Amino acid sequence: MIRKRTRRPLLLTLSVVTVAVALVPVAYLTIRTAEAGWARIAQEVFTVRTARLAVRTLGLAAVVTAACAVLGVLSAFLVVRTDLPGRRLFAVLAALPLAVPTYIAAFAWRSSIDGFEGFWAAALVLTLCSYPYVFLPTAAALINADPAQEEVSRSLGRSAWRTFTGVTLRQVRPAYAAGSLLVALYVLSDFGAVSIVRTDTFTRAVFVAFDLGFDRTGALVLSTVLVVLTMLVLAGETATRRRGARYAHLGGTRRAAARLRLGRARWPAAAALTAVAGLALGVTALSLGLRMVQGVSRPGAWAEVAAAMGNSLWLSFAGAALTMALALPLGLLTAKAPGPLATLLDRLAYVSHALPGVVIGLSLVSFGVTLAYPLYQTTWLLALGYAALFLPLALAAVTGAAAQAPPVLEDVARSLGRGPLGVLRTVTLPLVLPGIGAGAALVFLTCMKELPATLLLRPTGVDTLATELWTHTTVAAYAAAAPYAALLVLLSSVPAWLLTARTGILTAETSR
Amino acid sequence: MSQLDLRGLTKRFGAVTALAGADLTVPAGTLTAVLGPSGCGKTTLLRCLAGFERLDDGEILVDGRVVAGPGKHTRPERRHVVTVPQEGALFPHLSVRDNVAFGLTRDERRSGRAEEVLELVGLAGYGDRMPHHLSGGQQQRVAVARALAPRPSVILLDEPFSALDAGLRADLRRDVRAALRADKATGILVTHDQNEALSVADQVAVMRDGRVLQSGPAVEVYRRPVDPWVAAFVGEAVFLPATGPDLRTPLGPVTADEVPDGSRDLTVMVRPEQIVLAPGPGVEATVTGHDFHGHDATVALLLADGTRVTARVPGHAVPVSAGEVVGVRVEGPCRVWRAQLDR
Repeated sequence: MIRKRTRRPLLLTLSVVTVAVALVPVAYLTIRTAEAGWARIAQEVFTVRTARLAVRTLGLAAVVTAACAVLGVLSAFLVVRTDLPGRRLFAVLAALPLAVPTYIAAFAWRSSIDGFEGFWAAALVLTLCSYPYVFLPTAAALINADPAQEEVSRSLGRSAWRTFTGVTLRQVRPAYAAGSLLVALYVLSDFGAVSIVRTDTFTRAVFVAFDLGFDRTGALVLSTVLVVLTMLVLAGETATRRRGARYAHLGGTRRAAARLRLGRARWPAAAALTAVAGLALGVTALSLGLRMVQGVSRPGAWAEVAAAMGNSLWLSFAGAALTMALALPLGLLTAKAPGPLATLLDRLAYVSHALPGVVIGLSLVSFGVTLAYPLYQTTWLLALGYAALFLPLALAAVTGAAAQAPPVLEDVARSLGRGPLGVLRTVTLPLVLPGIGAGAALVFLTCMKELPATLLLRPTGVDTLATELWTHTTVAAYAAAAPYAALLVLLSSVPAWLLTARTGILTAETSR
Repeated sequence: MSQLDLRGLTKRFGAVTALAGADLTVPAGTLTAVLGPSGCGKTTLLRCLAGFERLDDGEILVDGRVVAGPGKHTRPERRHVVTVPQEGALFPHLSVRDNVAFGLTRDERRSGRAEEVLELVGLAGYGDRMPHHLSGGQQQRVAVARALAPRPSVILLDEPFSALDAGLRADLRRDVRAALRADKATGILVTHDQNEALSVADQVAVMRDGRVLQSGPAVEVYRRPVDPWVAAFVGEAVFLPATGPDLRTPLGPVTADEVPDGSRDLTVMVRPEQIVLAPGPGVEATVTGHDFHGHDATVALLLADGTRVTARVPGHAVPVSAGEVVGVRVEGPCRVWRAQLDR
């Protein structure tokens, strides 16, 4: 059916504003770096230190991504496709590490084990915290994959193992590839964990150059190198992604795949998953539990925690409000009036998502000092940083919510005699608001646990849960840090739960 | 119930002309099926009627009142023209009763109209359910009830049965037809299913390339199509060359209600069910194969002059074996045009 393309000038204008705001950090970073001049840039880039940073950063990303891919795919297969005992419990356990911000896991390990430092320490912590990024999409894809393809493969004479590698793995390839990409991007941008276990990667180098030496140009150049590395990873993923690699289920009713019988391997498999869960969750829980008791018994601890909590709530509220305000017009535009322009604006809004928080923070600090001084040291510059970081989260929520109110429902309502405002009130808003509300909550909680941009952009003297934890950890005051860590884990478990529930792993388990 | 008049409806989307001067009259209280291949402009026609699209030219009259025309475009909510979309499009956040009552005023809601139309579509007592608890067929019934409830001038049904399986479809079709009749509603049903159009509608309108080629009672359109394309679109057709004025064809002489004068070269359209396999006077034909459909069967025949035709015979007349030579003749009046065999 042909439809007139609806023009929505107001939405379009607001969307352009959104994209402009989202692009401020990238644009500013580029301009400032270029201003430094080629000589200065070359002097910063072509050094042994930069080369070492690059090797260590990329090496860490590669090791963690590979480990997460193996761990994530294997646990997803065990949970979804085998007769493993306690599958539902293991599904929850494999998703839960999402609720532990990496810097808190790093803090927990470091405070429990003396000398827990360096490259492999960082790799261990990051792997244990990030493998749900692979596990969740792969498990969801395995649940939705069409078992008929595997049955055809077996009936054509391929063994179970060859069917797994040749058919099943290929079916879920888009899922674990996307998950692995998220892991790689996350490792490149991680600041808290690598700093706590004292591993020098780009993010830490940028922060140190800025924080200690006030070497703004050096920090900017290093940031640019990090951004280029990130872009290379993204480009590499796009280039290797195979065209048409979508394994959709076509027609018919979906059946659940038959579960593979593990036989004698059942209990060893369960033991292995238990060990992973113990490392990923147990160490953190135990360490936090022990330190909590000492931490809250300190005089004045509760007042400090309450103050930090108040600040966290206010700053995250400002961040979430600004992010949602920016995301609404663009999300509605892509949903209601799709077209090449809307797509372009949508893609541009995702650009800053590839930037590490420390880079966005740094870029906005320079922006505030030189161009927007009235904003500098206010809540709103930090809110802007949150918006640049988390706009894609909000956009996904708005677009998803708008899909709940397809145009045909609005047409029917109009033909039944309701005017445009009446349709908005009685049909569109009731359908769209829950999704947008959930998106806002997700952004809010994500803002609460954000560390590097908050460290760089918070108004002087304003401490949040995340920054208090950071401050106490850097001086090895582990007991004092514990209450903040515990609160943050509690808050982070909400979005983690939402994300897990959305993949359908939990319901798929109960319905069988 | 209202009479609907469409005059020269034209609608362009950029370079594509979706409606190119479509004319149609729908008498009050009747159901018209708009039949056409995909891309013929059926759906655009409905969207223009509902007021979701603005006409480029032409006018739409409801009971003689212009609702769309040059310089006039009544908004959808003021037209009293209600749509039933393909997938029903029930409001997922409202119960069945609230869906049905959506187009009613506060007073009408208290009058029990919602329950009344639910009963009309055979869903009395389903008011408290939510749409996702209903089957596909039930959802369509609710969508029809929702459209009937405010007693609109016209109801537009956009292939409302196409997503359902065959058995359910026939039932629902009959029930919806009965509900529309009971409520004396004027309706337009868009479909690409010939059987559906012929069996359910008071009037059939055949569309092609944005125009209405022919409209009239189903029997009329089937028996007396305006041209060979319409003839082939509304059913199976056998086209034969004939010479006038006594209409000699490879199947022997045939009769017709009217014969265009002044031409000796003619085209005759015969429906397969008009070709009767019978001994006695007639033309000989060789059976080359048959397709059995249960209630009837189509038999492929080769005539002496090399022409291939298809006959429809009752199911109990088979088996006929390939190679068998049978006598055939044509029963009933045929449709005749001047010869131009490109269809």
